[in-house]
Amino acid sequence: MKYVGKSIVRVDGVKKVTGDLKFVDDIKLPKMLYAGVKRSPHAHAKILKINTILAERHPGVRAVVTGKDFPKRAGLYLADKTFFAVDKVRFAGEAVAAVAADTVEIAKEAAELIEVEYEVLKSIHNAKEAMKKDAPIIHPALGDYKVVPIFKTIPGTNISEHFKLRKGNVEAAFEKAYKIFEKDFYVPHIQHTPIENHVAIAQFDREKNLTVWASCQSPYAVRAALSDAFDVPLHKLRVISPAVGGGFGAKAGTTLEGIIIPLAMKVGNRPIKLTYSREDEFVSSYVRQALHSKFKTAVDKNGKLLAVQNEFIWDGGAFTEYGVNIAKSAGFAAVGPYDVENIHCDSYAVYTNNPVGGPYRGFGMAEIHFGIEQNMDHIAREMGMDPIELRKINAQKPGGTTATGAKVDAACGLEECLDSVVNEIDYHTPSEQPADPNKVRAKGVACGMKAPSMPNNAGSSAVIRLNEDGSAFLSVSAQDLGQGSDTALTQIAAEGLQIPVEKITIKTGDTDHTPYEWQTVASRITYSTGNAIVKACDDIKSQLVNLASQKLDVLEEELILDDEHVVWEKDPSKRVPIKSLALGLQLADGSGIHGPIIGRGTFVPEGVLNFDSETGLSEKPVVFWTYGAYGVEIEVDKQTGNIKVLKATTCFDVGKAINPELVKAQCEGAVVQGLGSAIFEEIIMKDGKFRNPNFTDYKIPTSGDMPEMTIKIAENPQYDGPYGARGMAEPAMIPAAPSIVNAFYNATGIAMNRLPLTPERVVNALREHNK
Amino acid sequence: MKITFTLNMDVIEHEVEPNITLLKMLREDFDLTGAKEGCGGGECGACTILLNGKPVVSCLMLAVQADGQEIITIEGLARGEVLDELQKTFISTGALQCGYCTPGMIMTAKGLLAENPDPTREEIKTALSGNLCRCTGYKRIIEAVESAAKSNG
Ligand code: FES
Ligand code: FES
Repeated sequence: MKYVGKSIVRVDGVKKVTGDLKFVDDIKLPKMLYAGVKRSPHAHAKILKINTILAERHPGVRAVVTGKDFPKRAGLYLADKTFFAVDKVRFAGEAVAAVAADTVEIAKEAAELIEVEYEVLKSIHNAKEAMKKDAPIIHPALGDYKVVPIFKTIPGTNISEHFKLRKGNVEAAFEKAYKIFEKDFYVPHIQHTPIENHVAIAQFDREKNLTVWASCQSPYAVRAALSDAFDVPLHKLRVISPAVGGGFGAKAGTTLEGIIIPLAMKVGNRPIKLTYSREDEFVSSYVRQALHSKFKTAVDKNGKLLAVQNEFIWDGGAFTEYGVNIAKSAGFAAVGPYDVENIHCDSYAVYTNNPVGGPYRGFGMAEIHFGIEQNMDHIAREMGMDPIELRKINAQKPGGTTATGAKVDAACGLEECLDSVVNEIDYHTPSEQPADPNKVRAKGVACGMKAPSMPNNAGSSAVIRLNEDGSAFLSVSAQDLGQGSDTALTQIAAEGLQIPVEKITIKTGDTDHTPYEWQTVASRITYSTGNAIVKACDDIKSQLVNLASQKLDVLEEELILDDEHVVWEKDPSKRVPIKSLALGLQLADGSGIHGPIIGRGTFVPEGVLNFDSETGLSEKPVVFWTYGAYGVEIEVDKQTGNIKVLKATTCFDVGKAINPELVKAQCEGAVVQGLGSAIFEEIIMKDGKFRNPNFTDYKIPTSGDMPEMTIKIAENPQYDGPYGARGMAEPAMIPAAPSIVNAFYNATGIAMNRLPLTPERVVNALREHNK
Repeated sequence: MKITFTLNMDVIEHEVEPNITLLKMLREDFDLTGAKEGCGGGECGACTILLNGKPVVSCLMLAVQADGQEIITIEGLARGEVLDELQKTFISTGALQCGYCTPGMIMTAKGLLAENPDPTREEIKTALSGNLCRCTGYKRIIEAVESAAKSNG
């Protein structure tokens, strides 16, 4: 192949290194107003009265809105949220009212002038407590909320989703087990912290057309949500996402757009901007849900896992419109990348008065693998087995079955990935110990898997227009959040059209002008949009071939695209430049046929099936699984408790790397992000209030924390992927934390069942251990 | 207050409120939006510019402090279509993903190379440790700086 599989440089490089790329916060519009938001200081309280008079009278204020103005509930999977609190607040930081003013400063001042009287209610900040009978109910009207039917809310409780997986007979398996192991784990809330905070601008025109500029991953999903919430018809609502400064899931849904639209409705045709501060970002955008997990595992004499009974309790926070799907997805992957005949899994999304949980790179998989992969090491130790051997015995392999009973197809390269990292890190050779007796080194390994979690009919589309000089426009609404989709998708188009990458301009992110894309989430873009592009190229090819066959007087079947030409295979000297056909064909008599060439491609994965509502089983609940593994070497300073990750190696089976360097770059970013979640990152809350909403107190990895990284790629082709590709950007994060924690055990003999491994926690654990 | 300073080689006289930050002045009064606000508190480095050749976070400086100084922003690095060496190596090594940290990273690196044209890997890591990047894992950024140092030398 000429373009696919090549590590060309990013197509968006120049505009990003020069500052030319305009992000939403860089956009300045004439007569722009700025929004200020009044937020709740309480985690759970009744709103008794809101007095906006002072704010309204404040000079420079143009409009004030409160929740009363827009009580309609909205949400992606479960319509449980309003953009402003109505009647009560459910987390500290929830928007209660907002103002539009001439400057940011006035907007902030005026927001503070809004007086809200609350009656504080008992709040709940732990998901397990929230499941108890006597817990305060956060959404008493849950039973009335609109919900996608695959989810099971339990009205009258705080449970907004209960996913059940019932496979085989766990009781029988536990009875004949050689050994049974039980373990609990906890993963705290963390945050995405894209370096660009959330930002949006909204503006109505005279004819009530609404334009929203938002740093968002999924313009079409945002359009749908806003249209529903504010009753603006889709053809009058345009969402533009010019650039996204990092998403990781945080910008998958709608957040602050819903705050400015009500204001925009009140200020005539003036645009309104709202840019979150870092503190707003921490407190009021999404967080990664906390997870309590519990595993009971039955094993036979040889180390084969006979049965797993487990429970996932997700702390969904105040709203779970997105979180319910994380709970469900966790159930599909209940036992991780292992083949287990008997499974009994309960996964719950639970309301608490904590910040709102949402999608975060890995969509629940990193959290559940933290337990699954430590459990594997634990079982291996107890059984006196090599942890790699134990994993191999139990690994999902071609011909095996997944947790939901789906067949594992030929493309599962889990063992290959595991071998690769074991080799690369030289796992079976103990670490060389440093001279300093306070420091100890060790290695750890973990596996992981993930599938795109999306509706069965999540679709993509692509439009390609040929220009008369032989160049082309590729239009899609997949968003490049940094992962490199603009580049990879352009490569796919170049391959299909046999036109060089430099001659193709990709256009994205404008619902008025780029075609439908469900969402840029789930590591599905290369696969899904890629497939739409392949089809658009085929569409163009059939038009070109048809015209060229008339011109050359040869059979259509004998024509191929090559080197910007339509070429007769039998005699390549017979050829027509693509550019000469871009506007159609001119016949010998001077007449024209066909006209301009436009290619159209649409894609929806085939054969993805609903699961059984009682058992959770399905032969094909997801489009594919991506498998992979990590190997790390760490150094623990026993005195300070500091952990340094020295080496990390990863291998994921990506099907086909459209651009190998971009694939590696995703893995590198994921290693360091995963390292952050393992040793630094935790949202510290007191009664639901954020104690560390800044980068001084919430540390994310810096250049000094970067380990030496070796990235390997396995390529067992995806049967229905474009050129065999499948998604990998999220999976790359999943085994990070468990591999580090496994290495920590190997260094110290201490199992840590909760994240992160902060110096303090490490020192305490060592002290406890040495008692 | 009236201030006079050099901005990307141009001498500028400008009337500015005493309480606004340099970052805000650059972005709003001069439409130089390459410097980004990631935290507004000196914690992320996205707003880094060169002040008299040294990298500083412009969110922590008042605009009036620019009086009499020389400022270079990311927009002042390239000469038309000819990119600065660092800009070239950031592209060739793939040292950027979303691009939000990139202008700040490049300005910090520029300051480093001006002072230390042949830095070690550790020196680069230390110099960049105030610039947060959530996407890349830093590896390629460090490689880009190394490679720019090499071609400059
Ligand atoms: S915005 Fe200046 S350091 Fe973050
Ligand atoms: S490239 Fe996204 S923050 Fe650095």
